[in-house]
Amino acid sequence: MKQAILDALLAARAAKRPVATVTHLESGAQALVYRPNDSDGDTSGGEVGDLALDEAAIASARRAIADDKSVRIDSDAGTLFIQVSNPPKRMIIVGAVHIAQPLVEISKTAGYALTIVDPRGAFATRDRFPEVELSEDWPDDALKALNIDTRTAVVTLTHDPKLDDPALHVALRSEAFYIGSLGSKKTHGGRVERLTQAGYSETEIARIHAPIGLYIGGKSPAEIAISIMAQVTEVLHQQG
Amino acid sequence: MTDTTETQTPFDHDDVLERAAQWRGEGRDVAIATVVSTWGSSPRPVGSQLAVDGDSNMIGSVSGGCIEGAVIHDAKEVMADGKPRLLEFGVADEMAWEVGLACGGRIEVYVERLD
Repeated sequence: MKQAILDALLAARAAKRPVATVTHLESGAQALVYRPNDSDGDTSGGEVGDLALDEAAIASARRAIADDKSVRIDSDAGTLFIQVSNPPKRMIIVGAVHIAQPLVEISKTAGYALTIVDPRGAFATRDRFPEVELSEDWPDDALKALNIDTRTAVVTLTHDPKLDDPALHVALRSEAFYIGSLGSKKTHGGRVERLTQAGYSETEIARIHAPIGLYIGGKSPAEIAISIMAQVTEVLHQQG
Repeated sequence: MTDTTETQTPFDHDDVLERAAQWRGEGRDVAIATVVSTWGSSPRPVGSQLAVDGDSNMIGSVSGGCIEGAVIHDAKEVMADGKPRLLEFGVADEMAWEVGLACGGRIEVYVERLD
Protein backbone atom coordinates (compact mmCIF):
# COMPACT_ATOMS: atom_id res chain seq x y z
CA MET A 1 0.00 0.00 0.00
CA LYS A 2 1.37 3.38 -1.05
CA GLN A 3 1.70 6.12 1.53
CA ALA A 4 -0.50 8.43 -0.58
CA ILE A 5 -3.36 5.90 -0.52
CA LEU A 6 -3.03 5.36 3.21
CA ASP A 7 -2.94 9.12 3.86
CA ALA A 8 -6.09 9.70 1.79
CA LEU A 9 -7.79 6.73 3.44
CA LEU A 10 -6.97 7.96 6.94
CA ALA A 11 -8.13 11.47 6.01
CA ALA A 12 -11.48 10.05 4.86
CA ARG A 13 -11.83 8.07 8.08
CA ALA A 14 -10.98 11.11 10.19
CA ALA A 15 -13.60 13.11 8.27
CA LYS A 16 -16.13 10.27 8.79
CA ARG A 17 -16.47 9.97 5.00
CA PRO A 18 -17.26 6.52 3.56
CA VAL A 19 -14.57 5.17 1.24
CA ALA A 20 -13.59 1.89 -0.41
CA THR A 21 -10.05 0.71 -1.10
CA VAL A 22 -9.93 -1.39 -4.25
CA THR A 23 -6.90 -3.69 -4.61
CA HIS A 24 -5.92 -5.62 -7.72
CA LEU A 25 -4.77 -8.80 -5.99
CA GLU A 26 -2.45 -9.97 -8.78
CA SER A 27 -0.43 -6.73 -9.04
CA GLY A 28 -1.08 -4.99 -5.72
CA ALA A 29 -2.20 -1.79 -7.50
CA GLN A 30 -4.81 0.16 -5.56
CA ALA A 31 -7.38 2.92 -5.86
CA LEU A 32 -9.80 4.64 -3.53
CA VAL A 33 -13.44 5.11 -4.45
CA TYR A 34 -15.75 7.56 -2.70
CA ARG A 35 -19.47 7.99 -3.02
CA PRO A 36 -20.50 10.40 -5.78
CA ASN A 37 -20.39 14.07 -4.71
CA ASP A 38 -18.66 13.01 -1.54
CA SER A 39 -15.11 14.00 -2.29
CA ASP A 40 -14.71 17.76 -2.02
CA GLY A 41 -16.53 18.71 -5.18
CA ASP A 42 -15.09 15.97 -7.37
CA THR A 43 -18.19 14.44 -8.94
CA SER A 44 -16.28 11.61 -10.63
CA GLY A 45 -15.92 9.96 -7.24
CA GLY A 46 -12.39 11.19 -6.82
CA GLU A 47 -10.40 8.03 -7.26
CA VAL A 48 -6.91 8.18 -5.83
CA GLY A 49 -4.20 5.67 -6.66
CA ASP A 50 -2.36 3.69 -9.33
CA LEU A 51 -5.18 1.33 -10.31
CA ALA A 52 -7.44 2.38 -13.20
CA LEU A 53 -11.04 1.33 -12.57
CA ASP A 54 -13.80 0.94 -15.12
CA GLU A 55 -17.35 2.04 -14.44
CA ALA A 56 -18.43 -1.45 -13.39
CA ALA A 57 -15.69 -1.63 -10.77
CA ILE A 58 -16.54 1.82 -9.40
CA ALA A 59 -20.21 0.80 -9.23
CA SER A 60 -19.26 -2.39 -7.35
CA ALA A 61 -17.19 -0.38 -4.89
CA ARG A 62 -20.06 2.03 -4.25
CA ARG A 63 -22.48 -0.86 -3.79
CA ALA A 64 -20.09 -2.37 -1.24
CA ILE A 65 -20.03 0.95 0.65
CA ALA A 66 -23.84 1.04 0.66
CA ASP A 67 -24.02 -2.61 1.81
CA ASP A 68 -21.28 -1.92 4.39
CA LYS A 69 -19.62 -5.12 3.25
CA SER A 70 -16.10 -5.75 1.98
CA VAL A 71 -16.05 -8.15 -0.97
CA ARG A 72 -13.79 -9.93 -3.46
CA ILE A 73 -14.92 -9.78 -7.09
CA ASP A 74 -13.66 -11.24 -10.35
CA SER A 75 -13.45 -8.75 -13.20
CA ASP A 76 -12.11 -8.90 -16.76
CA ALA A 77 -8.95 -7.24 -15.49
CA GLY A 78 -8.39 -9.77 -12.69
CA THR A 79 -9.39 -10.26 -9.10
CA LEU A 80 -10.33 -7.15 -7.16
CA PHE A 81 -10.76 -6.85 -3.41
CA ILE A 82 -13.01 -4.05 -2.22
CA GLN A 83 -12.34 -3.03 1.38
CA VAL A 84 -15.09 -0.84 2.80
CA SER A 85 -14.31 1.79 5.39
CA ASN A 86 -17.49 3.34 6.73
CA PRO A 87 -17.70 5.73 9.67
CA PRO A 88 -18.67 4.12 12.99
CA LYS A 89 -22.26 3.03 13.44
CA ARG A 90 -24.13 5.46 15.67
CA MET A 91 -26.29 5.07 18.71
CA ILE A 92 -28.53 7.89 19.88
CA ILE A 93 -29.62 7.52 23.49
CA VAL A 94 -32.56 9.63 24.65
CA GLY A 95 -32.44 9.95 28.42
CA ALA A 96 -29.18 10.44 30.30
CA VAL A 97 -30.37 8.00 32.97
CA HIS A 98 -28.39 5.47 34.98
CA ILE A 99 -28.74 2.69 32.36
CA ALA A 100 -27.24 5.06 29.78
CA GLN A 101 -23.92 5.05 31.65
CA PRO A 102 -23.05 1.35 31.19
CA LEU A 103 -24.74 1.39 27.75
CA VAL A 104 -22.31 4.11 26.62
CA GLU A 105 -19.35 1.96 27.65
CA ILE A 106 -20.65 -1.23 26.04
CA SER A 107 -21.72 0.35 22.77
CA LYS A 108 -18.44 2.25 22.45
CA THR A 109 -16.55 -1.00 22.85
CA ALA A 110 -18.76 -2.50 20.14
CA GLY A 111 -17.66 0.34 17.84
CA TYR A 112 -20.56 2.81 18.01
CA ALA A 113 -20.29 6.59 18.08
CA LEU A 114 -22.60 7.89 20.80
CA THR A 115 -24.88 10.87 21.21
CA ILE A 116 -26.91 11.39 24.37
CA VAL A 117 -30.01 13.56 24.20
CA ASP A 118 -31.56 14.92 27.39
CA PRO A 119 -32.90 18.45 27.82
CA ARG A 120 -33.01 18.07 31.61
CA GLY A 121 -29.80 19.82 32.65
CA ALA A 122 -29.17 17.70 35.75
CA PHE A 123 -28.88 14.44 33.77
CA ALA A 124 -26.67 14.99 30.73
CA THR A 125 -23.64 16.30 32.56
CA ARG A 126 -19.94 15.95 31.77
CA ASP A 127 -19.42 14.31 35.15
CA ARG A 128 -21.79 11.49 34.35
CA PHE A 129 -20.85 11.22 30.67
CA PRO A 130 -17.27 12.21 29.96
CA GLU A 131 -16.21 12.08 26.30
CA VAL A 132 -19.69 11.61 24.87
CA GLU A 133 -21.49 14.02 22.57
CA LEU A 134 -24.33 15.55 24.59
CA SER A 135 -27.37 17.37 23.28
CA GLU A 136 -29.68 19.36 25.52
CA ASP A 137 -32.12 20.12 22.69
CA TRP A 138 -35.68 18.82 22.88
CA PRO A 139 -35.55 15.23 21.54
CA ASP A 140 -37.44 15.86 18.27
CA ASP A 141 -35.19 18.80 17.35
CA ALA A 142 -32.09 16.92 18.47
CA LEU A 143 -32.92 13.81 16.42
CA LYS A 144 -33.79 15.82 13.31
CA ALA A 145 -30.43 17.58 13.54
CA LEU A 146 -28.61 14.25 13.83
CA ASN A 147 -29.73 13.02 10.36
CA ILE A 148 -30.54 9.44 11.33
CA ASP A 149 -29.47 6.95 8.65
CA THR A 150 -29.49 3.16 8.10
CA ARG A 151 -26.43 2.77 10.36
CA THR A 152 -28.06 4.48 13.34
CA ALA A 153 -29.77 2.92 16.38
CA VAL A 154 -32.16 4.97 18.52
CA VAL A 155 -32.73 3.99 22.14
CA THR A 156 -35.18 5.85 24.39
CA LEU A 157 -34.64 5.41 28.10
CA THR A 158 -36.63 8.15 29.85
CA HIS A 159 -40.02 6.33 29.92
CA ASP A 160 -41.41 9.83 30.15
CA PRO A 161 -43.87 10.41 27.27
CA LYS A 162 -43.01 14.07 26.97
CA LEU A 163 -39.40 13.18 26.15
CA ASP A 164 -39.64 9.70 24.57
CA ASP A 165 -42.60 10.44 22.29
CA PRO A 166 -41.09 13.37 20.39
CA ALA A 167 -37.96 11.25 19.84
CA LEU A 168 -40.06 8.35 18.54
CA HIS A 169 -42.00 10.69 16.22
CA VAL A 170 -38.73 11.42 14.41
CA ALA A 171 -37.22 7.93 14.73
CA LEU A 172 -40.29 6.13 13.32
CA ARG A 173 -40.13 8.20 10.12
CA SER A 174 -36.35 7.70 9.81
CA GLU A 175 -34.17 4.94 8.33
CA ALA A 176 -32.82 3.90 11.76
CA PHE A 177 -31.97 0.19 11.73
CA TYR A 178 -33.03 -0.17 15.36
CA ILE A 179 -35.53 1.62 17.58
CA GLY A 180 -36.00 0.48 21.18
CA SER A 181 -37.86 1.95 24.15
CA LEU A 182 -37.44 1.21 27.82
CA GLY A 183 -40.61 0.59 29.81
CA SER A 184 -42.95 -2.20 30.90
CA LYS A 185 -45.58 -3.80 28.68
CA LYS A 186 -48.11 -1.49 30.32
CA THR A 187 -45.99 1.60 29.63
CA HIS A 188 -45.60 0.44 26.04
CA GLY A 189 -49.37 -0.12 25.74
CA GLY A 190 -49.94 3.55 26.56
CA ARG A 191 -47.19 4.53 24.15
CA VAL A 192 -48.79 2.54 21.30
CA GLU A 193 -52.11 4.27 22.00
CA ARG A 194 -50.56 7.76 21.93
CA LEU A 195 -48.58 7.05 18.75
CA THR A 196 -51.69 5.65 17.06
CA GLN A 197 -53.60 8.81 17.96
CA ALA A 198 -50.71 10.88 16.64
CA GLY A 199 -51.21 9.19 13.26
CA TYR A 200 -48.52 6.50 13.21
CA SER A 201 -49.44 3.24 11.50
CA GLU A 202 -49.34 -0.18 13.08
CA THR A 203 -46.35 -1.11 10.88
CA GLU A 204 -44.46 2.00 11.92
CA ILE A 205 -45.16 1.45 15.62
CA ALA A 206 -44.16 -2.22 15.32
CA ARG A 207 -40.60 -1.07 14.58
CA ILE A 208 -40.21 -0.22 18.27
CA HIS A 209 -38.55 -2.95 20.33
CA ALA A 210 -40.41 -2.80 23.64
CA PRO A 211 -39.98 -3.80 26.34
CA ILE A 212 -36.42 -3.14 25.22
CA GLY A 213 -33.61 -5.72 25.12
CA LEU A 214 -33.22 -9.46 24.79
CA TYR A 215 -34.70 -11.32 27.72
CA ILE A 216 -31.75 -12.42 29.85
CA GLY A 217 -33.30 -11.64 33.22
CA GLY A 218 -31.14 -8.53 33.71
CA LYS A 219 -31.83 -6.43 36.80
CA SER A 220 -28.96 -3.97 37.30
CA PRO A 221 -28.39 -1.04 34.93
CA ALA A 222 -25.31 -2.79 33.48
CA GLU A 223 -27.22 -6.04 32.90
CA ILE A 224 -30.05 -4.18 31.17
CA ALA A 225 -27.49 -2.33 29.05
CA ILE A 226 -26.04 -5.69 27.98
CA SER A 227 -29.49 -6.95 26.97
CA ILE A 228 -30.10 -3.76 24.94
CA MET A 229 -26.72 -4.05 23.21
CA ALA A 230 -27.41 -7.72 22.47
CA GLN A 231 -30.71 -6.85 20.82
CA VAL A 232 -29.21 -3.99 18.78
CA THR A 233 -26.53 -6.42 17.57
CA GLU A 234 -29.11 -9.08 16.71
CA VAL A 235 -31.21 -6.64 14.68
CA LEU A 236 -28.13 -5.22 12.92
CA HIS A 237 -27.18 -8.67 11.63
CA GLN A 238 -30.73 -9.74 10.81
CA GLN A 239 -30.81 -7.00 8.18
CA GLY A 240 -28.64 -9.33 6.09
CA MET B 1 -27.28 23.22 22.25
CA THR B 2 -25.13 20.38 21.04
CA ASP B 3 -21.74 19.96 22.62
CA THR B 4 -19.30 18.80 20.00
CA THR B 5 -16.11 19.96 21.64
CA GLU B 6 -15.31 16.45 22.82
CA THR B 7 -14.40 14.20 19.93
CA GLN B 8 -15.07 10.49 19.86
CA THR B 9 -11.87 8.54 20.22
CA PRO B 10 -12.15 5.18 18.49
CA PHE B 11 -10.90 2.18 20.39
CA ASP B 12 -7.36 1.00 19.88
CA HIS B 13 -8.20 -2.51 18.76
CA ASP B 14 -10.10 -1.14 15.75
CA ASP B 15 -7.46 1.39 14.79
CA VAL B 16 -5.37 -0.98 12.71
CA LEU B 17 -4.58 1.41 9.85
CA GLU B 18 -4.06 4.40 12.12
CA ARG B 19 -1.54 2.43 14.14
CA ALA B 20 0.11 1.10 10.97
CA ALA B 21 0.58 4.65 9.71
CA GLN B 22 2.04 5.69 13.05
CA TRP B 23 4.53 2.80 12.99
CA ARG B 24 5.55 3.64 9.43
CA GLY B 25 5.98 7.28 10.43
CA GLU B 26 8.44 6.10 13.09
CA GLY B 27 10.46 4.42 10.33
CA ARG B 28 9.43 0.85 11.12
CA ASP B 29 8.78 -1.80 8.47
CA VAL B 30 5.03 -2.50 8.37
CA ALA B 31 2.84 -5.04 6.59
CA ILE B 32 -0.94 -5.17 6.50
CA ALA B 33 -2.85 -8.46 6.26
CA THR B 34 -6.50 -8.47 5.15
CA VAL B 35 -9.02 -11.31 5.04
CA VAL B 36 -10.25 -11.20 1.41
CA SER B 37 -12.43 -14.30 1.28
CA THR B 38 -13.80 -17.00 3.56
CA TRP B 39 -15.53 -20.35 3.06
CA GLY B 40 -17.46 -22.21 5.70
CA SER B 41 -17.02 -21.31 9.31
CA SER B 42 -14.27 -18.78 9.88
CA PRO B 43 -13.57 -16.66 12.92
CA ARG B 44 -13.20 -13.19 11.37
CA PRO B 45 -15.23 -11.74 8.50
CA VAL B 46 -13.96 -10.54 5.13
CA GLY B 47 -12.25 -7.17 5.55
CA SER B 48 -10.71 -7.95 8.95
CA GLN B 49 -7.18 -6.60 9.20
CA LEU B 50 -3.95 -7.16 11.06
CA ALA B 51 -0.95 -4.83 10.98
CA VAL B 52 2.46 -6.13 11.95
CA ASP B 53 5.85 -4.46 12.23
CA GLY B 54 9.38 -5.78 11.80
CA ASP B 55 9.57 -6.76 15.48
CA SER B 56 6.34 -8.78 15.27
CA ASN B 57 4.28 -6.20 17.15
CA MET B 58 0.73 -6.60 15.93
CA ILE B 59 -2.67 -4.94 16.15
CA GLY B 60 -6.00 -6.31 14.91
CA SER B 61 -6.59 -9.90 13.81
CA VAL B 62 -7.38 -12.10 10.81
CA SER B 63 -8.50 -15.15 12.80
CA GLY B 64 -9.09 -16.21 16.35
CA GLY B 65 -5.36 -16.60 16.81
CA CYS B 66 -5.04 -19.78 14.73
CA ILE B 67 -3.04 -18.40 11.80
CA GLU B 68 -1.57 -15.12 13.03
CA GLY B 69 1.82 -16.77 13.59
CA ALA B 70 2.02 -17.96 10.00
CA VAL B 71 0.78 -14.63 8.66
CA ILE B 72 3.46 -12.77 10.60
CA HIS B 73 6.10 -15.13 9.21
CA ASP B 74 5.03 -14.40 5.63
CA ALA B 75 4.59 -10.70 6.43
CA LYS B 76 8.32 -10.53 7.18
CA GLU B 77 9.05 -11.75 3.63
CA VAL B 78 6.61 -9.21 2.22
CA MET B 79 8.37 -6.45 4.18
CA ALA B 80 11.71 -7.64 2.78
CA ASP B 81 10.86 -7.86 -0.93
CA GLY B 82 7.80 -5.59 -1.18
CA LYS B 83 5.87 -8.22 -3.14
CA PRO B 84 2.29 -8.69 -1.93
CA ARG B 85 1.21 -12.27 -1.25
CA LEU B 86 -2.13 -14.04 -1.19
CA LEU B 87 -2.10 -16.73 1.52
CA GLU B 88 -4.61 -19.51 1.88
CA PHE B 89 -5.35 -21.41 5.06
CA GLY B 90 -7.58 -24.44 5.26
CA VAL B 91 -8.90 -27.02 7.62
CA ALA B 92 -6.15 -28.32 9.86
CA ASP B 93 -5.65 -31.98 10.62
CA GLU B 94 -6.10 -31.80 14.37
CA MET B 95 -3.46 -34.47 14.88
CA ALA B 96 -0.86 -32.76 12.75
CA TRP B 97 1.33 -29.84 13.76
CA GLU B 98 -0.01 -27.81 10.92
CA VAL B 99 -1.21 -24.24 10.89
CA GLY B 100 -4.88 -24.07 10.10
CA LEU B 101 -8.33 -23.34 11.33
CA ALA B 102 -9.62 -25.76 13.91
CA CYS B 103 -13.13 -24.45 13.21
CA GLY B 104 -13.10 -26.14 9.80
CA GLY B 105 -13.13 -23.05 7.60
CA ARG B 106 -10.90 -21.82 4.83
CA ILE B 107 -9.72 -18.26 4.38
CA GLU B 108 -7.60 -16.20 2.05
CA VAL B 109 -5.40 -13.47 3.47
CA TYR B 110 -3.77 -10.75 1.37
CA VAL B 111 -0.51 -9.41 2.79
CA GLU B 112 1.00 -6.17 1.51
CA ARG B 113 3.84 -3.91 2.58
CA LEU B 114 3.16 -0.36 3.62
CA ASP B 115 5.53 1.59 1.34
